[in-house]
Amino acid sequence: MKELSQIVLPKDISYTQNHEWLRQEGDEAVVGVSDYAQDQLGEIVFAELPAAGDAFGQGQAFGTLESVKAVSEIYMPVAGEITAINEDLRNDPASINTDPYGKGWLIRLKPDNSDDQKKLMGRAAYLEMVKGKQ
Amino acid sequence: MNPSVGATGLIFNEPLLWEKGARGRCGFSLPRRDVAAAPLNESLQGEGPDFPDLSELEVTRHFTRLSQWNFGVESGMYPLGSCTMKYNPKTNDRQAALPGMAGIHPLLPIELSQGALQLIYDLERYLAEITGMDAVSVQPAAGSQGELAGMLIFSAYHQSLGRPRTKVLIPDTAHGTNPASAALCGFKAVPVKSNEQGVLSPEVVADLMDEDTAGIMITNPNTLGIFEENIRQVAEIVHARGGLVYGDGANMNAIMGIVNLKAIGVDVMHLNLHKTFSTPHGGGGPGSGPVCVVEKLAPFLPVPRVVKKDETYRLVEDMPQSIGKLHAFYGNFGIQVRAYSYILSLGALLKKVSQFAVLSANYIKARLKGVYHLAYDQPCMHECVFSDKLLEPYKISTLDVAKRLMEMGFHPPTIYFPLVVHGAIMIEPTESESKEDLDHFIDAMIRIAEEAREHPDKLHAAPTVTKVRRLDETGAARNPCLSGR
Amino acid sequence: MMRYLPHTAEDITAMLATVGANSLEDLFAAIPEGCRRKGEMDLPEPLTEWELNRHMEGLARENAVSPEFKIYMGAGSYDHFIPAIVPYLAGRSEVYTAYTPYQPEISQGTLQAIFEYQTLVCRLLGLEVANASMYDGASALAEALLMAIRINRRRRVAVSKAIHPLYRRVVETYFRPTGFEIVEIPYLKNGRTDLSAIAGSGELAAVAVQSPNFFGCIEELNAAEAAIHADPKTLFITAFSEPLAYGLLKSPGSMGADIACGEGQSFGIPRSFGGPGLGMFASRMQYVRNMPGRLIGQTRDVDGKRGYVLTLATREQHIRREKATSNICSNQGLCATMSVMYMASVGGTGIRELAALNRDKAEYLKNAFAQAGFSLPFTAPTFNEFVVKFPAGFDAIYRRLLEKKIVAGLPLAPYYPELSNHYLFCVTETSSREDLDQLVKEVRA
Repeated sequence: MKELSQIVLPKDISYTQNHEWLRQEGDEAVVGVSDYAQDQLGEIVFAELPAAGDAFGQGQAFGTLESVKAVSEIYMPVAGEITAINEDLRNDPASINTDPYGKGWLIRLKPDNSDDQKKLMGRAAYLEMVKGKQ
Repeated sequence: MNPSVGATGLIFNEPLLWEKGARGRCGFSLPRRDVAAAPLNESLQGEGPDFPDLSELEVTRHFTRLSQWNFGVESGMYPLGSCTMKYNPKTNDRQAALPGMAGIHPLLPIELSQGALQLIYDLERYLAEITGMDAVSVQPAAGSQGELAGMLIFSAYHQSLGRPRTKVLIPDTAHGTNPASAALCGFKAVPVKSNEQGVLSPEVVADLMDEDTAGIMITNPNTLGIFEENIRQVAEIVHARGGLVYGDGANMNAIMGIVNLKAIGVDVMHLNLHKTFSTPHGGGGPGSGPVCVVEKLAPFLPVPRVVKKDETYRLVEDMPQSIGKLHAFYGNFGIQVRAYSYILSLGALLKKVSQFAVLSANYIKARLKGVYHLAYDQPCMHECVFSDKLLEPYKISTLDVAKRLMEMGFHPPTIYFPLVVHGAIMIEPTESESKEDLDHFIDAMIRIAEEAREHPDKLHAAPTVTKVRRLDETGAARNPCLSGR
Repeated sequence: MMRYLPHTAEDITAMLATVGANSLEDLFAAIPEGCRRKGEMDLPEPLTEWELNRHMEGLARENAVSPEFKIYMGAGSYDHFIPAIVPYLAGRSEVYTAYTPYQPEISQGTLQAIFEYQTLVCRLLGLEVANASMYDGASALAEALLMAIRINRRRRVAVSKAIHPLYRRVVETYFRPTGFEIVEIPYLKNGRTDLSAIAGSGELAAVAVQSPNFFGCIEELNAAEAAIHADPKTLFITAFSEPLAYGLLKSPGSMGADIACGEGQSFGIPRSFGGPGLGMFASRMQYVRNMPGRLIGQTRDVDGKRGYVLTLATREQHIRREKATSNICSNQGLCATMSVMYMASVGGTGIRELAALNRDKAEYLKNAFAQAGFSLPFTAPTFNEFVVKFPAGFDAIYRRLLEKKIVAGLPLAPYYPELSNHYLFCVTETSSREDLDQLVKEVRA
């Protein structure tokens, strides 16, 4: 497990209480899990993701991440429709561990409304929350 | 100090079956052909499976070598918590292998299988007597199918009253099979937190129990090895709101002849013949999971039921409220024969079995307390749960302890279960192990705790003397290779 | 003292002292009075090993078994020769007394054997992935149907009426609380499933047929595949109770089956009054994450040596709990091990010959019945088993034959009321031509 100081938390993205991150890119948003989350989960062996076109509400589970001996649900940071999933994860689920904010992204989505984002945390608030868990 | 039980010896390498042999060999004595070949439409015929061709010695040597890479109860102590790895008496296997047992066709007219039907009938009576329950069906093929039977009975019972229910309460100390079995019957599993003493609080159950809850599934003694002392109050609360109490009998080895399951309020329970009643575990099965019920639920038991009428044993199908059939025939009869033989060999001495199982677990607990962190310092029943908390400063985990134990000649305990204990080490010695063997095991555990401080690298590297060392489980799951080429 | 209980009086005293208890009863002080049993258990006096032998031999004598009895009955439980090495090797205690291989470093024997089992089952059934076993053919079929529902999220399945009637009853049990619907597909006059009924059955999660079916008839799996996959979302499930047939017949996978499941008792496992047998279960790799049961996978250890582990365990009950693909935990591991020993003994060359011999002997009896003037109502080709229709009143002859220690097939009326006077016969390699001639003679007499 990483020490708190080793955890990478980019400033330009938002975080959820369930450890997903969201990055706005034009009309769409990209979603993944934080470095803290991947470290807690251990080596990811499989990501079960929805299909493009599926729609979920904010906080709804949209898939699961599996390590060898655990399964964790992943939740929508904001309500929206899935526009793409990271197909490369099928062959390379390890990229969620090695590059959680880059190659390890999970889904792209089209948010239903912009209000949802107000409930997300910035880096500082998220870091505080993580500190509280240790 | 005693020399370790574990030692090194010659281990053979052995390839996969299809990496051996040569086309045209056969390890089977093909029966004489005394009839002509009959024609068959070409379009239905295939190539036949691509099995390797091996001689009889090649097959025998192959599986002999494979067996030498395994650890069984007869190799050494196997204190796997929750699994009751007791001695599997050889006489039981002899009885199951009698031609008049092993060769019976299941659909014979009943007058030709009276011995088998009598055995099932008597075994069901004995299991009722041992548990205190009223009626038993030995049909479920394993513990989890016994649980499924129990949940189907929950469902059918509430249905019969005209008010189906949707939820089942399941304590956090339950086996993983419990929620999965409940879900198969369409029930939503509602988790119940156990208290600081590691048992259920009646108040917590009272808060959760409502008219939409079919009942509760309780393992008693629970997976922490602690007797649920509030069980009767819990059962009263559940019964008062029309619910049923399910008892997971996986831990029956602690309480035979001591606890009456009906008296504590259990309505349905299953037993594991491959745990409590000494039948072999076979590298994963077959087991047998009889389901036991109180009188009012007897009409819901699986069919056919074996009944005795006019000195003849009969199969009765006509039970309109029955949950139906769970197995094509009568369950794992060969396992039932072994359990029956075990019960006849011990009779009321089964109480001694439980007393000694509990004594041995408490002895281990007393001697290892302080050496390992004891998660719940309560009197234990037939198993005790430690954790790796005291080893954390040396970066030694439960997994390391388990792997090092192998090198010393012991099968590791159950690890990382129950989930309520972080880094759990769950030890169930059973009544079969002598005091000397328990002492050897305890000494090995103490030595490992010392090594954790002095030679942590030795633990991280373990095991080094086994056929293979630690395996890449992540790679196995990322790129599954589930059959050979 | 009892031979399974090692503690002496001195041991007990010493251990109680360490624990800090005065007596064995003290250890149970936490159990409230109201929970306790009153009085001792009322069980028979313990038997010595020698008394037990006599008692069990007495019970065994009350059961009819071959070769004393000639039993021409299959219906999901088959009499095949079992080589001596199978019980001998399976009885080796390292295999026999181990449990689930949770600690792979000291379980490589079980793990490699089951990996080999999975592989040979895949080759037998023509599919890509087989699990480490289910309880029996019946529960394997129930789990296959539930798996199809998980995959395409439809709520209705269709099941051929020519599937073993007891398997169908187990399916009904598993389905009862789920709200999913089972549609029955009738069989034709020739004994095969009426595939034309599939199209009108609505949106189906899966269609299951058995081949050879309960009547012994070999189904036309290619035609079934076409009819079922006319709706590409519907899964094609094939069941079986006699895997030996695939020594001769085209495999289900090669005919387009998505899941093949059935009973493997024929492969080296005694009948034992119907259990323990072996639920075989195989499917395609694309569906692996929806499969029930344990899977063994190949991997490497830290030194790069080949080894085996339990894998994809996140599907299972101990991890995914209420969302698991099944609640199965203990399976039929030892029976799977016996069957791989059997498959290795018989081999690829042997299984073809053995399967052909089985069919040829069954055909011999079938022809002999036909020549004797009895009716063979189903005209589809069969394997090992076939149905004979006798004149009304045959049950008296059936009973007379029982007294002569001959079981002349299985009466079908209890399972198919429309098939009164129909009997299902089974012949395997264990019957000699003389036995078969004798049977026909007795039936005619």
